[in-house]
Order: sequence, then C-alpha cells, then structure tokens
Amino acid sequence: MNSRAILINIFRWIALLFIQIFLLRNMAFYNLSTPFIYVLFILVLPFHIPNLLLYVIAFITGLTLDTFYDTLGVHTSACIALAFVRILFISVSLNREAIDEPEPSLGNMGFRWFSLYAVLCIFVHHVVLFFLEAFKFTSLTYTLGRTLLSVVFTLFTVLLVEFIFHNRKSA
Amino acid sequence: MRNLWIFLSRYNAFFFFIIFFTVGIILTIRNNMYQRSVTFGSTNELVGTAYKRLNVIKRYLNLVQVNDSLAAENAALKTQLLAINGIDSTQVTKVKDTTNHQQYTLIAAKVFKNSVTLTNNMMTINKGGKDGIVKDMAVISPIKGVVGFVESVSENFATVRPLLNQKTFISVVLKKDNAFGSLVWGDDNFDYRKAYVKEIPNHYKVKIGDTIITSGSGGFPRGIEVGRVSNTSVSTGDSFMTLEVTLFNNFSTLHFVYVVKDKFAEEVKSLQPEVKNEQ
Repeated sequence: MNSRAILINIFRWIALLFIQIFLLRNMAFYNLSTPFIYVLFILVLPFHIPNLLLYVIAFITGLTLDTFYDTLGVHTSACIALAFVRILFISVSLNREAIDEPEPSLGNMGFRWFSLYAVLCIFVHHVVLFFLEAFKFTSLTYTLGRTLLSVVFTLFTVLLVEFIFHNRKSA
Repeated sequence: MRNLWIFLSRYNAFFFFIIFFTVGIILTIRNNMYQRSVTFGSTNELVGTAYKRLNVIKRYLNLVQVNDSLAAENAALKTQLLAINGIDSTQVTKVKDTTNHQQYTLIAAKVFKNSVTLTNNMMTINKGGKDGIVKDMAVISPIKGVVGFVESVSENFATVRPLLNQKTFISVVLKKDNAFGSLVWGDDNFDYRKAYVKEIPNHYKVKIGDTIITSGSGGFPRGIEVGRVSNTSVSTGDSFMTLEVTLFNNFSTLHFVYVVKDKFAEEVKSLQPEVKNEQ
C-alpha cells in the first residue's frame, strides 16, 4: 500500500462519512428504507490490507458513525460483521496470490463480481444493524422488511457512486 | 503450541471477528438505554417472578411484626386525636394581606351553643374579651363561608349574631363582575342552607352557579367565598335583583369558627362616626 492509496482512502473516508452524516442521515423513504453509503469505504479498501488493520478501520468507522447517530455499538458491530464477510467472500471467490488489482472496485473487478460482493456485504451489515437496533425478534417481518428495502437503497447508491468514479478513472 | 499459533493465524479473520464483534455488542448493550432496558428487563422478569413467589411466604411469616407495628401506630394516632379534641385551641392564625401589612388576625374559637331553627338564631363561642374579641368583629367558617358578627362580649365568652338572623346584613359581591349586594337571611326563607343576596342592580347578568364572595367592607376580609347562586328569578317587585344563594358552609354542623380581628377597624370606624354602619 503506497502513500497515494492511503491518501485516497483517507479522503474517501472523510467524504463518505460527511455525506452519510450530514445528508443521508436526514433521508428515509417512509421511515423504512435508509441508505448507508459509508459501507462503500470498507468495501473498496485495498485487497492487501491486513485483517487486523481492516477490523480496526471498520471499528473506528462504525464508532464514528455511532457517535453521530447516538447508537453507540450498533454501527460498530455492523461494520465488524461487514469486514468479516468481506474477508470471507474475497478468500472464497478469488485466489489471493493471483490478485493484481489494487482494490475491489467496480472498475477493477467487473459488474458481476462487484455487485454480488456488494449485495452480500451490505445485506449482512444491514441485518446486524437493524436487528441490533430493534433488539428483539418480535417484530421480525417489519425489521426484515426494513433491512431488505434499505439493502436495495444502499446498493443503488453504492453502484451509482462506483459508476461515476469508475468512468472518471478509466477516462 | 506452534500448531495452535498456526491455527489461530490461519483463521485470524474469524477470531478477530469474534473479538471485535463482542466489543461492539458490549458497547451496544452498555451504552444504549433501550437495548439495556430490554436485556436487563427480560432477565429481571425471571428474578422478579422468583422474588414474588418467595414474598408470599415471607408475608405470612412477618404478620406478627406487621400487626404489632400497626397497633403501635394506631395507639399513637389515637393519643394525638385525644390531644386535639381536648385542646382548648387558642392558637392565633395569621392571614397575610399584601396591601396592609397583616391587617387581619384570626382567632380560633369553639362553638358551644348554636341554633339554626329559629328566626333569629344566636351562637355562643368560647372566646371573649380576654382573648381580644370586641363587638362587631366578623366571624368566618374554617374552610369556606361566612358566619356572622360578634354581638356581645363577656370576659371569657362572646355571642355571635350569625347570618341566620334577620338583623344580619353582610356586604358581598359577585366574584365575576364585582356587583355589590347584601347577604341576608329570613323573609320567608328559614332554610339554614340558603340565603338571599339583595340589592344587586338589574342590569347585571347573573347565571346559576356564579360564586358570591365577601366585598371586603364591614369587617370581613375580601374574597371569602360565601356561596353559589342557585336561583336568579326570585321576584320581589322592586328594581333590584334578588338572588338565592346556596351557602358553602353548614351552620348546623359548625364546631369551630374563626373570629377576624381587623387591625384597622377602629380607624375606619372613626372616619364615619355619624353613619350607622348597617352592613
């Protein structure tokens, strides 16, 4: 990981969290579907990042989100789960030694791989997030509905952002 | 040991996940009010049920102590009650008046002779000149309502001419618009629960249920609630309204009264020496 990648990731972290906290926090469709665009930051961290560092970054990201959302621990746990799924998926779907791309972005990995990766990671993140928030299984269908709708919304925004930046990079 | 280390490093993602996720969950439960209440609430339900079961047995075992303490409390209350009944209450209660600093002083007195069935009733109280009572002082009821005026005073006793006497006039006003009138009793009405307010001009609109209060002249402090208007259409034939008022106080069960000592009564009286004060 060179210094350029670190700078880009720091800039991405700040930009995505800024958008999440100051714009998307006030946005929801019928109080059911809320986009969590900041997961994109953890999704596109470089491939060769050590696992411990990945967890620490995910932990700090979740903690920052929780501070602003006043839900200490909820986003943190969700981000940790997201990091775990990310490691699992990458190790299952790709040969780690043969990876020559720097980071798992849409432009590098292609639409099919990236969308599957994003769907799985976002789904796990949202399941943990919404069930920890509700903290009970009695309103299971409501929580599950919220989760699925939010997954769709988040996925949409993530793909949108990726498409925009992918085009600019390749041009 | 080496194998364990290899095992741990191979599956480090999973172990890191367990560690970090546990920290996250602990943070969630410890710092979020809602999650905490759910967690400890469900555990508490078990504990609470157990305690409830136990408590039934405990209650039976404790019955003796509870009985004893209740009996002791009863005895203490009864002693207090006897002390109150036996007391010849001479406590002087004070009413604060903001315009004239402490204009009125109340002297508590016990009624020991009373009547409500005559046309000119009289009342005797157990306070007299020795306690500072003089003629024409106003007398009021403990909670609500007026009683009358001090008629004559001896050293230890005084007679009160209550409202239930045809010679008694008390100056009152309607609480909502300050229309003056005088409260009287008698004139075909010998019900001790009712009285008449006379001399209210016809143009005032009075509704049933309006409150009558004392006007502040004639020895009574202003604002003592006298009664509620119960009938507005008492025909008398003159140009003033007569209202039937249901009194707040019950004269037949009157046991304690307050004699109102007005600091400025002498002063006011000296200003109008020629006019005979009727009210």
